[in-house]
Amino acid sequence: MSTTEVSPAAALPGETHQPVINDFTIQVATINGSGSQTANSVLMRALFQMGIPVSGKNLFPSNIAGLPTWFTIRASQHGYVGRKKEIDFLVAMNPETAQEDVLKLEPGAAVVYDEPLKLNALRSDLQFYPVPFDKLVGPVCPEARLRKLVRNMIYDGVVAHLLGIELEEIRKALLKQFGARKAKAAELNWGAVVAGRDFAATNLAKTARFAVQRMNGTAGKIIIDGNAATALGCLFAGVTVVSWYPITPSSSLVESLIGYLKRFRIDQETGKATFAVLQAEDELASIGMVLGAGWAGARAMTATSGPGISLMAEFSGLGYYAEIPAVIVNVQRVGPSTGLPTRTMQGDILSTAVLSHGDTKHPMLFPSSPRECFGMAIQAFDLAERFQTPVFVMSDLDLGMNNWMSDPFDYPTEPIRRGKVLNAADLDRLGGFARYKDVDGDGVGYRTLPGTHHSAAAYFTRGSGHNEKAGYSEREDEYMNNMDRLARKFDTMRAHLPPPHSELNPNAHVGILCAGTSRYAAEESRDQLRREHGLETSYLRLKAYPFGKELADFIHRHERVYVIDQNRDAQLLLLMRLELDPDDIAKLRSVRYYGGLPLDARTLTDEIVRQEGF
Amino acid sequence: MSTATLPPKKTNRIGLEVLSYKGGKTTLCAGCGHNSISERIIECFYEMGVEPWSVAKFSGIGCSSKSPAYFLNLAHGFNAVHGRAPSVATGAIMANRNLFAITVSGDGDTASIGIGQFIHMLRRNVRQIYIIEDNGVYGLTKGQFSATADLGSKLKTGVVNELPPIDCCVEAIQLGATLVARSFSGDKRQLQAILKTAIAHQGLSVIDVISPCVTFNDHEGSTKSYSYMKEHDEPLHELDFVPSYEDIAVEIEEGEVREIEMHGGGRLRLKKLGRDYDPTDKMNALRVLDEAEHQGHVVTGILYLNTGKPHLAELLNLVDEPLATLPEARVRPPREALDQMMEELR
Repeated sequence: MSTTEVSPAAALPGETHQPVINDFTIQVATINGSGSQTANSVLMRALFQMGIPVSGKNLFPSNIAGLPTWFTIRASQHGYVGRKKEIDFLVAMNPETAQEDVLKLEPGAAVVYDEPLKLNALRSDLQFYPVPFDKLVGPVCPEARLRKLVRNMIYDGVVAHLLGIELEEIRKALLKQFGARKAKAAELNWGAVVAGRDFAATNLAKTARFAVQRMNGTAGKIIIDGNAATALGCLFAGVTVVSWYPITPSSSLVESLIGYLKRFRIDQETGKATFAVLQAEDELASIGMVLGAGWAGARAMTATSGPGISLMAEFSGLGYYAEIPAVIVNVQRVGPSTGLPTRTMQGDILSTAVLSHGDTKHPMLFPSSPRECFGMAIQAFDLAERFQTPVFVMSDLDLGMNNWMSDPFDYPTEPIRRGKVLNAADLDRLGGFARYKDVDGDGVGYRTLPGTHHSAAAYFTRGSGHNEKAGYSEREDEYMNNMDRLARKFDTMRAHLPPPHSELNPNAHVGILCAGTSRYAAEESRDQLRREHGLETSYLRLKAYPFGKELADFIHRHERVYVIDQNRDAQLLLLMRLELDPDDIAKLRSVRYYGGLPLDARTLTDEIVRQEGF
Repeated sequence: MSTATLPPKKTNRIGLEVLSYKGGKTTLCAGCGHNSISERIIECFYEMGVEPWSVAKFSGIGCSSKSPAYFLNLAHGFNAVHGRAPSVATGAIMANRNLFAITVSGDGDTASIGIGQFIHMLRRNVRQIYIIEDNGVYGLTKGQFSATADLGSKLKTGVVNELPPIDCCVEAIQLGATLVARSFSGDKRQLQAILKTAIAHQGLSVIDVISPCVTFNDHEGSTKSYSYMKEHDEPLHELDFVPSYEDIAVEIEEGEVREIEMHGGGRLRLKKLGRDYDPTDKMNALRVLDEAEHQGHVVTGILYLNTGKPHLAELLNLVDEPLATLPEARVRPPREALDQMMEELR
C-alpha cells in the first residue's frame, strides 16, 4: 500500500486554506472503449443531483477502442457550462497520456492516478493521490473479463470521498444509468464505488483545494444531449420520413429519433408505423429521398455533418430552385475533408449558406442549447413548408454529442401548419393554378401534392429553367423573374425566422456577437471582461440566417463589435459582410478559435483584451 | 355541321379518353426510340385504366429523362438530378405509398452516374416501374459511350468501345427487382405486354428497352441500332397480358403456354417460342443472359418474375394511408408523451 506516498500534505505555496466550493473542473483521462463513459456520467449526474450546475464534455478519438479519451466535468455554482481550459482535478487512468496530462496542469491541481504510473515524481506543486486500481478491482469483481469495465467505477468512489460528493447520490445516479433491467450490473459497479471510497477514506488525506456542497442550482432541470433534443423536436414536429447515412457526430440524432418513433408513433389500432425511416446508401441518396418525400407532402428530414453536406450540394440546389421543403440537420465537425471527425467546429456556416452551384441561398437556424435544438427542429419543419425550401439546422458536435443541463422542453403551442398546399376542392374553386406564381407578394407560390385527384393538380417539377406554370423555359425574362421572386422569398423569411437574443448595455461601446454554442464562452467572457478589466459589453446572439434588421441595429449602437467564430476563416463575419453596409462592416472585429475543442471563455477574453489594447 | 351527331368518344374503363393520358409535344429527334416508348406508356396506362392523377413520374437527366414530359400530363412529374431519380422516387413512395410511380431513365443515367442509386433501389424492391431507355450513348452531350455500350461497338467517329458493358438486367435479377424484362422500342406488341404486366405487378419492375439513338448510334458497327436489333433480337416467348376485367377463357394447348397470376389483377400468358422459358427461375434467367451475351444475341421478354416478395412500403410496415397527409393527431404525440420524456431525463 502506498499511504506514505500522499504528497505533499502541507499547504502548497499560495494555497488558501478555504476550499473552493462548487467551482472546478475534473478531467478523467482514460482509454477509448474501457467503459469509462458510465463512470463519468454517474459522476456528472451525482453533482447535478446535489443541485450543482454541471456540464460534461467528452473529448474522444475517431476510433472504436484503444486511443486516448478525456472527459471533463465542470461544476460551477455560477452556472457557467462552457468549457474551462484549466483542469483542477485530474483522474489519470491512461498510461499513454498521463505524463503529458500532469505536466499541463496549473500549480495546485489535484491528481488521482493509477499507482503504478508513479506520476508523483513528475512535479512537486500538485497534490497526488495514488490508487492501486488493479488491487482494488479484484475482490469486488471476481469475473476477470469484466474488471476492465468495473475498474473505472473505483475512481468515482475516490473522487466522491475527496470532493465530498454524497455517496447516496452516486448510487442514485448509478441505478438510473443502468436502469431496472441491469440491476445486477449496477450492484457490481456499486461495489467498485464503495471499494474506491473505502480505500480513499483509509489511505488518502483529504487535502484538495476543491470541495462540493449541496446547493439549489438544478431544480426541475433535465440532462440531455443536443442530438436527442433535436430528435425529440423532430418527433413533436410530426416528422414522417427520415432518410440518413451514418456519420459522426450526427448518427446518434437519428438513432435517438428511431427510438422515439418506435415508442410513440406506432398506430395503436393497426400496429403499423406512421413514419418511414430508411438508412440510405450515401448522403446523395438520403437528401434525394428527403426531397422526394417533401415533394410528395411528407415532413421529411435528414441529419449529417460536413462531408455529408458536401455530398448534398447538388440536391440542395434542386431543393432551392424547385422549391421543395426539407429539413437538414448539420451537426458540424472539424473540416476540411475528413478533418477531425470527433472534434467540434462551426465550420460549415459559409458553405451551407450557399450550398450548391448558381445563385443558391439557404436559410439556417443556429441552436445553442438542447431547448433550442428541440424548438428549432419544430420551427425548421414549419419554415420549410411555409417557404417551400430546404432549411438547415446548424448544430455542432459540442452541442449534439455532449450532455447538457437544460430546462424541460415546452409542448408546442402552435398547430402544425403545412404551408400553401392546394387540394382538389381548392382547385375546383380556383379552376387551376400556376405553381411558381407570386400570388400573395411574399415570393411563395402554391403547390399541389402528387396523388391529388383533380385534373388541374399536376405540374412538372424540374431543376431546369421554368416559368410560372412550371413549364420548361430558357427565356431570359422568365428566368430572371423566377430568380427575382426567389430572392424576394428569401427576404420575406427574415421577418419569420427566430429573432436574435439581445442584451443591450447602455454604457457599452463594445458589442459581442455570436451564434450557436459560442454563447457559453461569450457569456462567461463578458463577465470576465467586466470583472477583470471593467469593460462593459452588449451582446447579440444570432439564431438564424438570413439575418434580420436586429443585426445592423446592434452594430449601429456600438463602436466596435467582436464577432466570435469557431473556425479559421471568420465565416460568420464573412456572411455578415455579404449583407451589411460598408460603415457597419468597418466596425466588425474577428475573434476566432479553431482548435476543435469546445470554445472556452478565457480564449475569448485574452483575444478581446489584446485587440482592445488593455 | 352543328346538327351532325358526332360518333361517341372512345373511353377506357374509368371513362377517360386516351387524350387524358397524353403529354406535351416531344422535343426528341424524329425516329428516336424513346418516343415509341412514350406512346406505349400512353396506350398501356389508358388501356389498363390507371387513374392518371395517381401516377407520379420520375426521371434523372438526359434525353430519356425528358420523356416524362411527353406522356401523362395529368400526373405530377419530377425531373431530378443526373442518376438520382431512384432516391427521389423512393422518398415520394415512402411519403405516399399509394402513388403509382414510373421512372424513366437512360443507360448513362442508370448504369454510369446512377449505378449506385439503381443498385440500392433494387435491394429495396421499391414498388414502381423503372424503364431504362437504353441506346448505349450520351445523346445530349453528342455521342459519347455509356456503360451499357457493348464491347467492340463502334461510335460514329470510329472509336471502338474496349470495356465490357454493365447488364442492368443481370444486376436487377441478382439484387432484388421482382420483375425484370428486356425489350426493343421497335417491338410494339412485346413492350405493351411487358408494360401491362408491370402495371399489375406489386413490386419493382425494371424494363431495359433497347431504344436506338438515330442521331449518334444507329450506324454500321453499332450494337444498339435498329438494324442490329432486328437481326439479333431473340424473344424468349410470345407475351400476352390478360387484364382481370377482360377475363376471357382461352383454349390452351398443354405445354404451349405458361400463365402467371399478378397480384394487382390479371394474368401474364407466356407462349413458348423454341424453348420453354420459366421466368420464375432466377438462376436460369442469369444463365440465359450469359449465354446470349456470348452468342451475340439480345434476348427479350420477361426475364424474371417473382410475385411473392414484399415491397418497401410493406417492409417498412407503413400505415395504409399516405404518411404525407396524416392529420396532426396521428403524427404529433400528446403532451403526456413529452412530460413522460422530461421526467425520464430529470
